[in-house]
Parts: sequence; structure tokens; C-alpha cells
Amino acid sequence: MLKRVKKWNFTVLLIVLVLMGTAIFLGCSSDETENGTVNGDLSSPSLNGRVTVIGSTSVGPLARVLADSFMENEQDVKIDIQEIGSTQGIQAINDGTADIGTVSRELKEDEKSSDLTEHVIAYDGIAVVVNCSNSVSDLTIEKIAQIFKGEITNWKELGGFDKEITVVNREAGSGTRGAFQELMKLEEKLPDGTKKSLITEKALIMDSTGGVKATVSGNDSAIGYISLGILDDTVKALKVSGVEPTVQNILDKKYTICRPFLMITKGEMSPQVGAYLDFIMSSEGQQMVKSEKYIPVK
Amino acid sequence: MKNIVKIKENFIGGNIEDKVLKFFIYFFSFLTLGVLAWILIFVLIKGLPNISLEFLTTAYKGKNHGILPMIISTLYVIILSVIISTPIGICSAIHLTEYSKPGKIVRLIRFATETLASIPSIIYGLFGFVFFVVALKLKFSLISGSLTLSIMVLPTIIRTTEEALKAVPNSYREGSLALGATKLWTIIRVVLPCAIPGILTGVILSIGRIVGESAVLIFTAGTATQGMDVSLTDSCRTMSVHLYMLAKEGLSLEETFATAAVLILVVAFINYLAGRIAANIKKGTMGV
Amino acid sequence: MTKEENIISIDKGIKSSVRGRKKILFELIVEKSFFLCACTAVLSIAVITVYIFAQGLPVMIKIGVIDFVTGHFWRPLENQFGILPMIVVSLIGTLGAVVLGTVVGLFTAIFLAEIAPDWLIRIFRPAVELLAGIPSVVYGFFGLIVIVPLIRNTFGGPGNSLLAVIIILAIMILPTIISISEISLRSVPKEYKEGSLALGASQIKTIFKVMLPAASSGILASIVLGTGRAIGETMAVLLVAGNTPVFPESILSPVRTLTVNIAMEMGYAQGMHREALFATGVVLFIFIIVLNVALNLTIYKKESRI
Repeated sequence: MLKRVKKWNFTVLLIVLVLMGTAIFLGCSSDETENGTVNGDLSSPSLNGRVTVIGSTSVGPLARVLADSFMENEQDVKIDIQEIGSTQGIQAINDGTADIGTVSRELKEDEKSSDLTEHVIAYDGIAVVVNCSNSVSDLTIEKIAQIFKGEITNWKELGGFDKEITVVNREAGSGTRGAFQELMKLEEKLPDGTKKSLITEKALIMDSTGGVKATVSGNDSAIGYISLGILDDTVKALKVSGVEPTVQNILDKKYTICRPFLMITKGEMSPQVGAYLDFIMSSEGQQMVKSEKYIPVK
Repeated sequence: MKNIVKIKENFIGGNIEDKVLKFFIYFFSFLTLGVLAWILIFVLIKGLPNISLEFLTTAYKGKNHGILPMIISTLYVIILSVIISTPIGICSAIHLTEYSKPGKIVRLIRFATETLASIPSIIYGLFGFVFFVVALKLKFSLISGSLTLSIMVLPTIIRTTEEALKAVPNSYREGSLALGATKLWTIIRVVLPCAIPGILTGVILSIGRIVGESAVLIFTAGTATQGMDVSLTDSCRTMSVHLYMLAKEGLSLEETFATAAVLILVVAFINYLAGRIAANIKKGTMGV
Repeated sequence: MTKEENIISIDKGIKSSVRGRKKILFELIVEKSFFLCACTAVLSIAVITVYIFAQGLPVMIKIGVIDFVTGHFWRPLENQFGILPMIVVSLIGTLGAVVLGTVVGLFTAIFLAEIAPDWLIRIFRPAVELLAGIPSVVYGFFGLIVIVPLIRNTFGGPGNSLLAVIIILAIMILPTIISISEISLRSVPKEYKEGSLALGASQIKTIFKVMLPAASSGILASIVLGTGRAIGETMAVLLVAGNTPVFPESILSPVRTLTVNIAMEMGYAQGMHREALFATGVVLFIFIIVLNVALNLTIYKKESRI
């Protein structure tokens, strides 16, 4: 038995060593490819190397779809997409962790700097959503703002059933929340330059579009706002002053609650980053933007 | 006679109290069983119908929403974390059980181990982010995630190995030492082989924790979905993280439940493995 | 393995071990490296402490430790950082979950250890173990889709509430409390039980008056471990809590815990807001250390008493 155990030990050790070897080899080889792009021959027709994209959770799904079809043509380019948050995207581009930062709102004044380049890759509508069983289906911007301020607290005031309204908000710092507050005039400037949110503090807060959608679809008295790109039939989108939130209505400037999706680069772009951005802005890329229910720039 | 019975009853306490307590025992036990069954059946019923071969074996690309890259990443993270933490954990346990003498240093080491075990994963996540990702410039990568996780599972491995080592009868050590073997030799050739099943249990428990972890990995390994061929410096997304991201993006409820069901099956398999090994130890088939 | 084999191998061990003096030096080096490995845990905890505190403390001092810990309003974009509501909610939520989890878990452990028939144990125990290994996101999802609507329809309010947090946390710590309590009940010496039964005490009396006190240190350990898990849980709570950073008016109001505060805003925070989240981590970290010291003291006391 001991002998068997010994042999077994040896085998385990061998496996471990081999695995470590492979891991180290993989690590080294990936370093080589990275170096390769830095000193690489720019005239070579095929691109290689890696593009790291860090930022917004809202932009993530769109960026991923675009990256997948980009990589089908450029087999040697690898695009990593990290969905962490808009502000993390800006931070990552500034400290060099990322090649592209994605942001789902306009940049703030103190975030702008001369070496950052903004690329608007698409627009995204924000749909105000309620539970499917809710009979209210059309509200004006003012009424919606009043609901979110906590001034209207029962659906019957709006012609719906007699139930207290549950407001679902996003977390402080969210790009979607920032854009929504600004567009719905749900913020006021304080003397010291900071903006005060007017959305009721009693609101539920979810940290993601999916969380808002799940909460609203399960709560018959809830109201929230989500990105138009992920809207589906689990929740009901409200018409705003009679206008339905659709890509066409936003293109026609009838539906006005929308915000830009930004990709940010710093300084000189490497060829593979440039190619990725070119692809996104090409008519093929913009066609994909549209088919994903976002609003193309061109 | 009746009086005596009555006195006895009073002395020990009334029957009603007994009955009430007994009722509570049954009530709460079946409540627990009910809730446990409810959760498992709920997730499995909603998830299993959505699992297909395609779902398990294709990449997460474009319209294709397979989870193969996540399965592969999960495997990589497990292997790497276990490779880093197991040797360190075993050596620590050997030091604690075989070499150390009771004193301040040992108490410090034990306190540190216990504290490591109770730190919430979100704090590991924060730490891994500022230390491995930013300070050591490892970026969001397999290696950052695995290093953070290996610290997290270290206490589990140390504890179980310690227990396994303690369970090896002292007569083995004494016999070996009496025959003139050195202490190190005794440990490597006599004590450790007997403790292997116990150590394996520890490793499997750690794997269970790694499989279920999401808060740590989001901040250290990132959430990239590409790549069947993940390298050490690549970002990757394990199944738990994937589940969290799916819930977050809210794109597809079916996919979310399917992933959850796969995860439950994986955990069940790991538990089964651990149970088998534990049973083997009890039976003594490993030679003790 | 057989004894003969054992002896042979030991014999071999000696032959190869007495070969040279170099071996002794080698042994010393290996021994020291074992010690170094054992120090990894201490080193890790030191590095973790330093890094978390280095990120969180400066901003705490800038805001004022007292203001930070006792502030009532968390409005990060208006530079108001007060985490008292979250501290209170973390404590109440944990306490509620631990009380609920302990009551249910303890009775279940008694059932498993003393009353349940074998066939039921064979189903029950793997189920409990499985529940212990399920990722917390799954619990959160279950809570969001099942428990939250249940609370809303039964008691009113939004459903995402302190009560939902307590219930989901209680369910999550059940496996910990059940497994460890069951083990410590089973390891109570048989003589205790037999003695009590022989004296004429009923089974129930024996369990509650004799076995529970005898197993109390194990049960206590299970409660403390459960507390640690409850206070540190993030992803499950995030989905059911409602996450409103104000004082709850009732048990049905939406709430936010310390852990959720970090997980929820980390991705979007910058500057002082980000540092304040690390400061939240510092507070949480201190809670965990205090809990651990308390556990160590109780166990130490118990040991010295015996």
C-alpha cells in the first residue's frame, strides 16, 4: 500500500509539474505576443495582439457582439471586455490598464483631459418601465419626474389601480442614472458645484439593468428605467407623452430620453485598437448596432 | 403509587413541555427540509430543461450563448489556486502539528488562519484588486484571481490537513523514529501518506468554495468571456461570475437558471467526491 | 497497508536517511521552510490589513471617523458619507438571521442527531451539505423571485426588505449551524445520555437538559461561524435587500448592508467616493476581527475551564 501511495504521489507531482510548466509557458508566450505588437511590423497586412476594453456594464453586451464579429475577420486579435462600470473604465484608461474605456454617459468636466479621445459609438434610449399588469401606459415627462421625486405615490392618482408606487432607482455613480436624472431634470446644482439628486430616498436601488428589470417584472406596483437595448416582454415600457420608445422614434428625435455610448482612448492608438474602432464606425458595424436595438451614430 | 409517579413527573418536568419541544423538533426539521427541497427543485426545474449539449460545449460569442469558456476558466482557476495553496497549506499544517511548540507564535499563526477564514469575500475582492491587480500590475487576470483565491482557501487546507495529521496514531511516528529514521523522513514517508485522504477532503472543500465564488473574481479576474485558450495574464470569467453577470445584464432568465442548475450539479458532484473520500477514511481502507 | 510493509518502508527510510550529515542540514532547511509556509497566513493577513486600511483610513480621517460612522446620510455624489444606517442594518440583519437560523438549525440538528431514522438522514444530510456549497448568487436569485413576492403579497410593502434579508441569510447559515451542531451533539459521550435515561429522564429531557449543555461549545462555534457568514454575505443580500441607504422604518422597509454598499458602488465610484467604500470595508473588517477575538476568548475560556 505504501508503495502504491508513493507511486501515486510521484504521479501527482509529475502532473503538477507539467501543469505548472504549461502555465508558465502559456504565460511567457502571451507576453511574447504582447511584445510582438509593440515592436511589430506595422506594414504587415494582418493585425495581432490584444485589446483590453474596460468599463460600463451597459456598453458591455454591445461591445462584445461587435468584438466577436470583428475577431472573425481578424483571427489574431484578441479583445477582452470587462464589464465593471463607467467610472472604472475612465480610471483604467488613465492608469493604462485598458486600451479602450467604455462609458455610458457624457464625460464630466473633471474627467476630460487633452490626451483622451472620445468616440461616440452609438446612442442608447432609456425606457421607463412598469410591471406588465399595470394599466397605466402613457405618461408625460413631468408626471414621470413627479413619481421619481416621490410627489406622486399612488398609481390611482394616474388612473391606475390603488397601489403605492415602488420606485426602482440605480446606484449613485451609474451612467444610466446620471443620464436619466439629467434628462428628466431630476437633479439640482448646489452652490459648491455638486449635483443633488431629487429622486426619492425611499426608492429601491439595484446595481444593474438586469436587477431593475427583474424587480419590476416581479412587482406589480414598481416603476424603473432600463436601457432600451435589453427591453423585452417581461416588463412594459411606458409611452412618454404618447411616443413609444423605439429606435426609429429616437432617430426621428421624437423620443428624447437617450444617452451616448462612448469609447475612450488615450494618446496614440495601436493599429489593432484603431481597426476595432474603424470596424465599429463602419456601416457594417453600425448596422449591427441597430440590430441590437441601439441607435447608430450614422 | 400514583403519588410517586406524580412526584417523578414533577421532578423531571411535565409531559406537556416534552410534547411541545418534540413538536418544535419535528416542525423545524420539516421546515428546513421543505425549504432545502424547495430551493433545489425550484432551480433545477427552471434550469434543467434549458441545458443542452450545445449550451455546454460552445463558446459565448455573438448570438451563441454556450458556457464552455466559463467551464474551462473555472477549471483553470481551480487548478491554479489549488497548486498554489495546497503545498503552502500542507507545509503550514506540518509545522503546526509536527514541529511547533505551544507559544505566542503558534497562537498568532492560528489566530491569523482563523481570521483569514472569516474575512468576507468582498474584502478579499477589494484586497486582490488593490494588491494584485493594481499594485503588482497583474491586471485583471487568471493569475490575480487565483492568487487571491489561494489566500482565501488556505485556512481550509491548513485546518483539514492538521486534523488529518493529528489522526495519524503516534505509534507510527514513534516506531519510525525508534528505528532511526529522522523526523523529516518520518513525516514524509510515514505520516503524510496516511493523511492523504484527509488532505484530499480539504482540497475538495476548497474547490467547492472556489466554484461558488463570485465577489472575489469580479474584482480580480475580471469578466471577459473570450478564449478557450486562457493564459495566465488573460482575464477570464468563471461560472459563478457568469451567473452573476447574467443576472445583472438581465438578458435571459432561461440562461441564468440553466447556469445555476449546472453549478448545483457541479457542487453536488464535488460533495459526492468528498463524501466518498471521507467514507473511505472511516472504513480505514487507506491502511491505518 | 500491512504492518510488514510498513516496517519495510521504515527500514528503507532509515537506510537512506543515515547516509550523510548533509541530510541534517537539509532537514533543518526544510524545517525552517515549513515554518515560513506557516507564516504565509500571518503575512497574508498583515498585507490584507495594511492595504485595506491604507486605502480606507485616510478618507475616514478626512471625513472624521465619528462623522463617518455616525452619519445618517449616504449621498456620495454630494460628498455626504455616513454609514450608520448600514451599520445598524448589518447588525440587525445578522442578529435576526442568527436568531432565526439558530432556532431552526438547532432543532433540526437535534432531529438529525437523535431522532431521525437512518433512511431520512441519508437524504437529509447530503441536501444540507449541497446547500452549503451552493453559490450565494443562486440564493439571491431564489430570494428575488420567490421570497420577495411572497413578502409583498403577504405583508405589503415593496417586498425587498429587511425581512427578506433576514430570511435569506437565515437559510444560508442553516447548513453551517446544522452540520456543526449535529457533529458536536453526536460527540457527546454516550455515558451522559445513558446515565440520564437510566435515571428516568425522558428522551426530550435528556436532549435538552444533558446533551445540549454538553455540546454547547460546538454549538456556540457554529453560531459564531454562521454570524461571520451572515455579516459578510454580499451577492445574495444585494438582490433582495432593496438597497436603500436610509434607516428602515419597519422590518418591511428596503435596506442596505455594509457589504452591499461596497459591491454595489465599487464599479462606478471614483475619488473620495471610492475611498469611502474602502473605508466601509475597514469598518466591516473591524467587525470581523472583533467577532474572531470574541470567539477565541470563549473557546480559550472553555478550554481553560475544562
